[in-house]
Amino acid sequence: MKKLIFSAILLAFIYVPANADTVRMGTEGAYPPYNFINDNGEIDGFERDLGDELCDRAGLNCEWVQNDWDSIIPNLVSGNYDTIIAGMSITAERDEVIDFTQNYLQPDPSAYITTGDGNKAAYIGVVAAQTATIQASHVAESGAILAEFATPDETISALRNGEVEAVMADKSFLAPIVAESNGGLKFIGQDVYIGGGVGMGIRESDSDLKDTFDAAIDSMKDDGSLNTLIEKWFGDEASLF
Amino acid sequence: MFEYCADPDVLSTFEWFSCYLTNGKHLLFYKSFGLIILLLVITAPLAMLLGLLAAVAIKSKFLLLRLFSKAYANIVRGIPDIIFFLFIPITIDQLIEFSRHKIKCPEMVDSVWQGSDFIVCSAAKLPLNSDPQWIHDIYGFLLAVMSFAIVYGAFAANTFHGAMNSVPQSQIETGKSFGMSRKQLYISIIFPQMWRYALPGLSNLWMLLIKSTPLLFLLGIQDVVYWARELGGSKTSIFQYPHPDWRVWYFLSLLVFYLLLTKISELILNRISKKIYLPI
Repeated sequence: MKKLIFSAILLAFIYVPANADTVRMGTEGAYPPYNFINDNGEIDGFERDLGDELCDRAGLNCEWVQNDWDSIIPNLVSGNYDTIIAGMSITAERDEVIDFTQNYLQPDPSAYITTGDGNKAAYIGVVAAQTATIQASHVAESGAILAEFATPDETISALRNGEVEAVMADKSFLAPIVAESNGGLKFIGQDVYIGGGVGMGIRESDSDLKDTFDAAIDSMKDDGSLNTLIEKWFGDEASLF
Repeated sequence: MFEYCADPDVLSTFEWFSCYLTNGKHLLFYKSFGLIILLLVITAPLAMLLGLLAAVAIKSKFLLLRLFSKAYANIVRGIPDIIFFLFIPITIDQLIEFSRHKIKCPEMVDSVWQGSDFIVCSAAKLPLNSDPQWIHDIYGFLLAVMSFAIVYGAFAANTFHGAMNSVPQSQIETGKSFGMSRKQLYISIIFPQMWRYALPGLSNLWMLLIKSTPLLFLLGIQDVVYWARELGGSKTSIFQYPHPDWRVWYFLSLLVFYLLLTKISELILNRISKKIYLPI
């Protein structure tokens, strides 16, 4: 037993790299169409396509990692993966802790949805949003009572169960849910523009990687392939570059 | 899985479910049950070993060893599990990476803590960035096993300590008067007899260990709870098998799984205790 423990510890120290060019991409996998786990159990969505293409252009070997939203920034700074590519809007608060590449999505409208019955005023009741999102802080500032949930899906369930009166989230996440609810859910109020677009989160000390991805995003913006991807996943109404 | 699954939209209900329940995501869900069993099978002996070592150390002649093992048992037992589970993996991970950093990259003088970032050179990372995801998964799993072993080892230490004290004092004195050494006393008198006294406590711990396995979810490991939540959430038509919120059914299956696991354990533990104890 002693030998086993000793050799395990020894192994942890003599273990050497094969090649160092792998970049680990952290994503939530619960926010379609941005990112989700598809029926085969793989990470899929707009950001999967985008990330693979960016890595291809930058000549990087990328590995995808699923991580829950509420710990996605702490796990980036402690080095479990190298980038966050999870529909994360660029905000001043987040920018203090991590760095962002340039945005690869325009500031996306956020919207409220509510159940079909009656005309509830979404701005004054209990509004659900995912924890630590720009929508959550918007709801809190708006004067409504904020109910936070760990995953986006739980906010929708809470609305359907009558726990909350409205949900606020990115409109492109809500649109298919409303469309497929057979009139059970509907948009309410005006669209709200918050956040500075969506970018990749990168450790502040990792400026080389940030430059690499900035250049790759630039090249995708220049040849229009980014717009093609956006239209593929978000439809014709999405704002392009 | 089956040939007819190519287009789920046109299937009958039975076929739809046969395809749905065997898609890649569900296979990962089923595998995660095996992960729980694996965790239990590895953690239980490890925790017992740790507990036994600590229990012997508590009775040691050396003050330092005695203080250390007492501190271990009391601190770990006194702190809520969840806090320990959040604390240990991060600490062990950063400790290993920090030492590897000092050994492998002595030329780097910058502090590893820069603002909120924890930066070690890429050769010091464990596992390495270039390693495939399964190595990262195993590493995360091993950290979880260590956390479980440390926490349950402290409880086991207390059980063993009590069990050792329950071995009749007169037998130990008899052994001493025959000139037996401490080692001999442990091996020939205390260890063989303490199990009878330790068994109720240990079986209790085993049940607690089973019930605390969903804490894996807290450590970011994709365990049964993660997959149940992920699969049960409502799915729009962007998925091949759209369905409303089915979390209640998935959590029900977890409930049944854990009930079965504890029931089977109970039956086995009862058989063992029947062999050991005489009926009154």
